[in-house]
Amino acid sequence: MANVEMTGSEIVIKALQDQGVEVVFGYPGGAVLPIYDEIFKQNKLRHVLVRQEGGAVHAAEGYARSTGKVGCVLVTSGPGATNAVTGLLDAMLDSVPLVCLCGQVPTHLIGNDAFQEADTTGITRPCTKHNYLVKSVEDLPRIMHEAFYVASAGRPGPVVIDLPKDVLMDLGKYMPPTKVKHKSYNPTIKGDTAAIKEAVALMAKAKKPIIYAGGGVVNSGSGASQLLKQFTQLTGFPITLTLMGLGAYPGSDKQFLGMLGMHGTYEANMAMHDCDVMVCIGARFDDRITGRLDAFSPNSKKIHIDIDPSSINKSVAVDIPIIGDVAHVMEDMIKIWRTSQSKINQKALKSWWKQIEDWRAKDCLAYLKDDKIIKPQLVIQRLYELTKDRKDVFITTEVGQHQMWAAQHFKFEKPKHWMTSGGLGTMGYGLPAALGVQMAHPDALVIDIAGEASILMNIQEMATISQYKLPVKVLILNNQYMGMVRQWQELLHGSRYSESYMEALPDFVKLAESFGGVGLRATKPEELDDVLMQMIETDNSVICEVAVAPEENCFPMIPSGAAHNEMIFGAEVDTENAIGEDGMVLV
Amino acid sequence: MATTSIYGENPLSEDVHTHTISVLVDNEPGVLARVIGLFSGRGYNIESLTVAETRHRQGLSRITIVTSGTAMIIEQIKAQLGRLVPIHSVSDLTIEGPCVERELALVKVDGVGDKRVEALRIADIFRARPVDATTESFVFEIVGDTEKLDAFVELMKPLGLVDLSRTGVVAIARGPEGMSGQD
Repeated sequence: MANVEMTGSEIVIKALQDQGVEVVFGYPGGAVLPIYDEIFKQNKLRHVLVRQEGGAVHAAEGYARSTGKVGCVLVTSGPGATNAVTGLLDAMLDSVPLVCLCGQVPTHLIGNDAFQEADTTGITRPCTKHNYLVKSVEDLPRIMHEAFYVASAGRPGPVVIDLPKDVLMDLGKYMPPTKVKHKSYNPTIKGDTAAIKEAVALMAKAKKPIIYAGGGVVNSGSGASQLLKQFTQLTGFPITLTLMGLGAYPGSDKQFLGMLGMHGTYEANMAMHDCDVMVCIGARFDDRITGRLDAFSPNSKKIHIDIDPSSINKSVAVDIPIIGDVAHVMEDMIKIWRTSQSKINQKALKSWWKQIEDWRAKDCLAYLKDDKIIKPQLVIQRLYELTKDRKDVFITTEVGQHQMWAAQHFKFEKPKHWMTSGGLGTMGYGLPAALGVQMAHPDALVIDIAGEASILMNIQEMATISQYKLPVKVLILNNQYMGMVRQWQELLHGSRYSESYMEALPDFVKLAESFGGVGLRATKPEELDDVLMQMIETDNSVICEVAVAPEENCFPMIPSGAAHNEMIFGAEVDTENAIGEDGMVLV
Repeated sequence: MATTSIYGENPLSEDVHTHTISVLVDNEPGVLARVIGLFSGRGYNIESLTVAETRHRQGLSRITIVTSGTAMIIEQIKAQLGRLVPIHSVSDLTIEGPCVERELALVKVDGVGDKRVEALRIADIFRARPVDATTESFVFEIVGDTEKLDAFVELMKPLGLVDLSRTGVVAIARGPEGMSGQD
């Protein structure tokens, strides 16, 4: 077999199959036609034709994040590759494993400003974990397999393989994947035992501990979430999760304080600020988490578990860094905790919990109810109540207020059921991501919680959803504004709503119908439950538009440039002075 | 308007130190662009950078980077370099023990009469070697650490310095140990 000569395209397809790829999201074009020809001739690999390459990457992200597998994308040269760039950077910042195959002009034309030529490896270098330009068919099998290894090993990320057309047509020998150790890229998986012991000793002495966990737990596999749950319950510590980490710990558990950060809960942020020992697990002290750095958790000793050494001490100095995979480190940590018979200061922990309960009593997510107009928070709460007993519910979001409300009010019990663009904040992420999730989980209920502005950024993917008969649900919270932009303009720019009003919106009901789906609309609170139930029970794609209060703000909020203990709340905002001059320059 | 770091204290307000970092990389297209792109994209300084293949059989090149930053930034630079796929190892020669640092410069001086004699005399003191001569010019080759080269160039200025080319720093640790990642 290994001696039979194959074309480059055949090698590509064979390698994808050997890597266990079942679905490729892509869009054809001149430079990748040889690969499309091979796709035509086989049945194992399924190709999903998106309507714009950006959609292909987000779809692959949704697929990857809901399955834990590597997502796969196939696009053509030039504009195909450049359209994929946003998605690649999105996957980079959110650590999503992807392999993106890009067509390229034939090798002898590279550098010639040929038709549909782009310096793809140059353009994608800073927005991928690694990229390859395949210059000879001899290198192709090795690079194909290496790309899947690099995408998924260590901290996951996107990998681009640039494939010149002549390489795709040349004859070469295929080599199956091997288990040979990579010559230079071998991330540390197991944590240093001495550091873990030190961490356990520190935690055992803690009076006001908190666990702050993130997307690294989700990426480490379901085992990691189990171990995190075990450890949290073993210690009795309070736990908070980042936006990316939601689902890594059961959202309805009483030890869970909710999400932290800019729109996190009061109890989570106050506990972060006042704690004496912080255990950061698979999170990276992002600026949306820390707020003002010099006032971030000023009195705590910090333990940081991360597989990426460059996350350690990047913005916040930590006392005990542990480099390794979350699941491996947690396993050792639990073992050491048990064998050392660590005892927590129960009295101190009890009074810490008492303090936390006081903060919790503030009920920071409360909002003013209204019986005439639908409040956006209510939509998420009702959606949660109406779907919480179903087995498999996947939520994706676009970016903005609706995303934060979804994160605040929807409770995720399991990892890999929440797909959102955290690091890059890419509007237009949710619809294609939902498509990718539904491809991986055909029978699940997949809902894209969207805003009327974000949804229009990748609305063309409704055609893909229609073509593959995917029952994706799109729940649009229509407030007729780019809500988060408007909120910042209200808080920072004297309510001058510059270009944030969404005029000339389509009729979303008709839009759904024009794509062969079902369109629904709710405008009054009493209609909401019926319309949501109808959406959930429809065995077809649905766009469900809910008209919500236009000027509702997303609270609580740590204003930019403020500290964790300086949150502002819905009822008491003095919009004029909410954010000072210093905060205004921040993003 | 604040121009310092957006989230609080500017880390650059701490002490800034110069470090010499040696990086062993696969000698493949684009690897230098990855390293340089990392520095420019994240706003790190490059004071000098040299690169050449050092292990032909393994296809490895050695990059020597002189950079400056706070302790936290230097740590970041090394961690960021370390996670690039084609990088085999990263050594901070400045903190990992004593090291030898050398730079080569070609210095062109033009002049006649006394100036020419004086240039030759100073070159002799610095052990700079003339590698090209015309009746009105010399090209000197000088090897040494950065400070020595700076001093020589300073002295050549009034004597008719017209052109200068420098290699940037190459460095190696003292003692019997080789750099890790070479086997």
